[in-house]
Amino acid sequence: MNKNIIELFGVSKKFENYQALQETTISIKHGEFITLLGPSGCGKTTLLRLISGFDKPDTGKIFIDGRDVTDLPPEKRHLNMVFQSYALFPHMTVYDNVAFGLRCKKVSETEIQKRVTNVLRMVKLEALHDRKPSQLSGGQQQRVAIARAVVNEPIVLLLDEPLSALDYNLRKSMQLELKQLQRRLGITFIFVTHDQEEALSMSDRVAIMNEGYIEQLGTPKDVYEEPASLYVADFIGEANIFTTEILETYDNKLVIEIEGKRIALNNKKDFEVKQKVHIIMRPEDITVWGENEITPEESKNMLPGTVEQVIYKGSTVDLIVRLPSEKKILAAEFFNEDDEKLDYHTTEKVWIDWIPGWEVILPYEEKI
Amino acid sequence: MKKKSSFFKILSINIVWLWLGIFALIPITLTFVTSFLTQDPNAIVKFALTLSNYWELFNHAYVSILIQSITLAGTCTVICLIIGYPFAFTIARSKSKHSSLLLLLVVIPFWTSSLIRTYAIMAILKAKGILNAMLLAMGLIDQPLQILYSYLAVLIGCVYDLLPFMILPLYANIEKFNEEYLEAAQDLGANWLTTFIKVVIPLTMPGIIAGSVLVFLPAMTMFYIPVLLGGAKNLLVGNLVEYQFLTANNWPLGTAISVVISLLMGAMIAVYWYNSKEKDREELA
Ligand SMILES: Nc1ncnc2c1ncn2[C@@H]1O[C@H](COP(=O)(O)OP(=O)(O)O)[C@@H](O)[C@H]1O
Ligand SMILES: [Mg+2]
Repeated sequence: MNKNIIELFGVSKKFENYQALQETTISIKHGEFITLLGPSGCGKTTLLRLISGFDKPDTGKIFIDGRDVTDLPPEKRHLNMVFQSYALFPHMTVYDNVAFGLRCKKVSETEIQKRVTNVLRMVKLEALHDRKPSQLSGGQQQRVAIARAVVNEPIVLLLDEPLSALDYNLRKSMQLELKQLQRRLGITFIFVTHDQEEALSMSDRVAIMNEGYIEQLGTPKDVYEEPASLYVADFIGEANIFTTEILETYDNKLVIEIEGKRIALNNKKDFEVKQKVHIIMRPEDITVWGENEITPEESKNMLPGTVEQVIYKGSTVDLIVRLPSEKKILAAEFFNEDDEKLDYHTTEKVWIDWIPGWEVILPYEEKI
Repeated sequence: MKKKSSFFKILSINIVWLWLGIFALIPITLTFVTSFLTQDPNAIVKFALTLSNYWELFNHAYVSILIQSITLAGTCTVICLIIGYPFAFTIARSKSKHSSLLLLLVVIPFWTSSLIRTYAIMAILKAKGILNAMLLAMGLIDQPLQILYSYLAVLIGCVYDLLPFMILPLYANIEKFNEEYLEAAQDLGANWLTTFIKVVIPLTMPGIIAGSVLVFLPAMTMFYIPVLLGGAKNLLVGNLVEYQFLTANNWPLGTAISVVISLLMGAMIAVYWYNSKEKDREELA
């Protein structure tokens, strides 16, 4: 279960003069649901096509199931691809589309019938087996595309933004179906998306890509709570970012200044004095206090602010708070049975602080 | 506003109908009527109704000319398809700036009269022509090939003349062909031959049929190519019609032959039309 099914060593790809993929080394485990996440043009498809064999890498080696497949064509790699546009053969029925791969492999018709019927039942399309793709809805076409791939019993299924053409509700339900299907089949899914919510909710691990390289690879919890770079912090979820300089360090602590207040934080990564850093805080880690909720003594370690906007979101209320330096931060407060004080109004004076140790400190990066 | 635009719509549609009426319907009607009249040595026709023109067509000589024409047109269509398909495929698959240049090269011959191009082919094929000179110089042959004034020469002329009519509709169709289908087929383990037969040909069938119709129909009624390149030895239906009108002065027989050819070709299109799916039909129209 824990052995590596796919290993890439220093794989890179250049198109004309554009480095679409920097040298990438990554291992993917058997039975894992891994997602390549990043904005359009960051090289997700390129990486997928290198793994599938539709493109050849300029450098590096690709191993599948311990075998060097770098020079093998796609059909010899025991993996299948679900294309972004589905690429269903429009002149064939659903059944013939799904049977295509098996027929190419000269499987007997009785065996084909059995396997195709099974797969169509699994994706709930049994009744539509003699329809043409054009007579199906987007979600149904999507399921045919998946059935056509998994009927070949690949060891890895590659999916290039398979849900991006579907509307919101359908996408939500297909996310669940895909995840269930992956568990049932027990095979590795390499899933591509530019939707961070989709990536976090479906994956065992997420690879966050930026301009042709993987910025961070980790569990959804890792990449959300411990982003390795400013880019990741910014791309995944909302983040409040303070840029500042370390004033002093002592006993595993570091001292910085935010909004004129000296604040001591845990120095987990051995930052040094004078080093410039970014302090990143998630909105839900920030607590907002009304003026009469705290004592002047308590407010010494808090930042003053003014409520600029209140956004009700059902289970949370989002507050945009303006700090004295005009910097705006986003705080998400959860509704709580015994906390009646959530009816903030604009221009209200508040104090903010955050749960100590939940902030993320990153070395300074030149921002765009 | 709405009234005005619908007025112009009706007007323009009526002008199209009028145009078709004058330049298509009237000649066809005249041809049809003439085919039931009688030959008159002193005038164009004599106004006496008869079916004898049609009976005459069952004459063994005419039937064999018809069969010869169909064979030639069919062979020409198949050769155009075999040459034109890879040609159109290459153009459609090449980078866009190259493909428009290649398309231009396909269309350029249209700028010269087909008659002049046929003379050019004569210059290439004749005993002391360019082709023989080249082959002799290369030492591939030691006697000039007698290609001109043969069935082969007629075939070469037809293929050369009509090839663009095959390439253009094929190109239009293949260009729309989504390359992902090729990758999907490969992904599912199909080799290139299976991909070609099971995926590429069915999906480009509308182009294949459109191109074949556009080549076959004119090939049936060619008349100067058989005369110039075949040396009048290989008479075809087109020549027969021309002969009846210009030499034998038998307009009723000439029109009767035309009517029969038109009906044959119309029947072919109708058979295709009813067998084709709606989508393909739109593409042809
Ligand atoms: N065949 C190609 N030729 C030239 N450039 C390409 C080709 N494929 C991709 N690229 C370029 O490589 C970059 C990464 O593309 P891609 O992997 O498709 O991104 P993504 O799938 O993340 O949107 C893009 O800038 C794209 O323009
Ligand atoms: Mg992509």
